[in-house]
Amino acid sequence: MSAAGPPRPPHGRPKAGGQFPSGDRPPGGGGAQAPLRGDDTAAPGRTWRRRAPGETLRAWLALAVGAFVAAWSVSALDIEWAFFRDAHVQAADLLVRMWPPRWSYLPAILRPLVETIHIATLGTAAALVLSLPVAFLAARNTTANRATWLVGRAILVLSRSVNTVIWGLVFVAIFGPGPVAGICAVAARSVGFLAKLVAEAIEEVHVGQVEAIAATGARTPQVWAIAILPQVLPVLVGTAVYRWDINVRESSVLGFVGAGGIGLYLYASINQFAWQQVTVILIATSVIVLASEALSAFVRSRIS
Amino acid sequence: MEGGEAPLPGGAGEKRERLRVESLTKVYPTGKRALDGVDFTIREPGVVAVIGSSGAGKSTFIRCVNRLVEPTAGRILLDGVDLVGLDRAGLRAARRRIGMIFQEFNLVERLTVMENVLAGRLGHVGLVDTLRRRFAPADVDAAFDLLERVGLEGFHDRRADALSGGQRQRVGIARALIQRPDLLLVDEPTASLDPRTARQIMRLVRELAVERATPAIVNLHDVALAREFADRVVGFSAGRIVFDDAPVALDDSTLDRIYGGENWHAPPEDDPPSTSSGARPTTLDDAGA
Ligand SMILES: Nc1ncnc2c1ncn2[C@@H]1O[C@H](COP(=O)(O)OP(=O)(O)OP(=O)(O)O)[C@@H](O)[C@H]1O
Ligand SMILES: [Mg+2]
Repeated sequence: MSAAGPPRPPHGRPKAGGQFPSGDRPPGGGGAQAPLRGDDTAAPGRTWRRRAPGETLRAWLALAVGAFVAAWSVSALDIEWAFFRDAHVQAADLLVRMWPPRWSYLPAILRPLVETIHIATLGTAAALVLSLPVAFLAARNTTANRATWLVGRAILVLSRSVNTVIWGLVFVAIFGPGPVAGICAVAARSVGFLAKLVAEAIEEVHVGQVEAIAATGARTPQVWAIAILPQVLPVLVGTAVYRWDINVRESSVLGFVGAGGIGLYLYASINQFAWQQVTVILIATSVIVLASEALSAFVRSRIS
Repeated sequence: MEGGEAPLPGGAGEKRERLRVESLTKVYPTGKRALDGVDFTIREPGVVAVIGSSGAGKSTFIRCVNRLVEPTAGRILLDGVDLVGLDRAGLRAARRRIGMIFQEFNLVERLTVMENVLAGRLGHVGLVDTLRRRFAPADVDAAFDLLERVGLEGFHDRRADALSGGQRQRVGIARALIQRPDLLLVDEPTASLDPRTARQIMRLVRELAVERATPAIVNLHDVALAREFADRVVGFSAGRIVFDDAPVALDDSTLDRIYGGENWHAPPEDDPPSTSSGARPTTLDDAGA
């Protein structure tokens, strides 16, 4: 854009004590300001500081508090410093044992890898469907009254404040181990994520469009479907696609708690000290995560 | 139904009251008294222009009629039914009979022209059919006819956000008219348009209101447009009607009364009205693909 524009007139910075070229103004100088005289008499005595003295004091105080909190946390954690002494040796040892990857293990993890993607996809799809009613409940301009708004907000908070893995634990307890628990866990965590952003979009819709549809005598659900839904649909779809690639990442660890997917195999391989299998799993998972991120970014760039 | 519609029985001679507004008052929560006891009656079809300075209460008046703004006091009788006392279902039924056209067009930007026009029939469609965009074949027919009439033939699958201002307002007009309204409320239909398009739009509103024998209340900022296209002019000042007469009665002293003192020399008339009555679609300069 700017490259195509007309060339800006050169605003040469004046040398110290120099005169501005006639007709030229100091860059950034207000239009109403009288042109500066280049007198040397004006220059001494002027000082400029990034912060006022009070602000400087506050900045130092913040730094001191930060240092104190860090020191306190470290001392409270009871860290075994002895472990640090040979950490680099251990890390090198682990790397040696992880190499080379045992590629013959790859066929065995293809099915759980696909299962991981399925868990993420189905969980996101379920969240997409569930998030719409929650969003309309949690948006101030569409909720029925204060009580329904609070219910909507409560669902958002509950869903978002519990980690996907914890949701996995909950649903494994309900459905037993397996991908169903994983799908439910992903959906439970994603509903709040999607509904929060969609509710914000609903609160920001163009009211004129809503009024125009209401003025035709349409019922409230119709007004939502015709005037509000099209306006928030790009947000809903874009957020869901974005959430899907987060979910691919998160469902790769859901197996740790028995909720299906590749995580179960990773957990088992670590427990058996089968480090060369761990390498294969990590590489394969990274490939899938990167691919899903790229796909998600591409799809989002196409939404208009 | 398009074109072949017989004039309504009340069209010519009979003077039944179509709209009667009695001591309508609106006080906003801010304490602002935007309408202060407005009495107003429409007995015949035609265009009633509402003029007045900014903040005089024109928009509040028009929006009180279909209760987009809740009146504080007063009665609004549409064919004898008081809209103020209606419950939600009754209000919806009344709104189906009142078409509204907006300054900012207020089309659903991400929907197509056809979906926007058919939105005017939502009052007659269930929720499932709304989601599936299933409308009665007669409504779809009427939508095509109206699009042709407003000069947007072939635009039905265009998305609303791909249209120019003038084209959008034509869609807005079609959306209001497909309701087959008994009353048209039009709030500054031309204020977002260039002067030439503004005249085309006003001409279209006028032609359609006359064709369909539908009374239209049109808020206008432009006195010249009001003079040219209205059958009757109502002047608002500080929430009261201070003028209500034929456009020819608008002289400098009445304008003073409506707008407060100013120097009223008429704007130059460079675009004389080509009084094209009849059903010929208005020429459309901005419709080029
Ligand atoms: N929602 C609102 N809350 C409070 N005051 C309002 C509201 N809407 C309008 N008003 C006030 O009511 C008065 C009338 O406003 P209204 O919009 O009806 O004027 P108008 O004649 O349509 O003006 P304009 O020509 O600028 O559109 C104004 O003083 C305005 O500030
Ligand atoms: Mg207004």
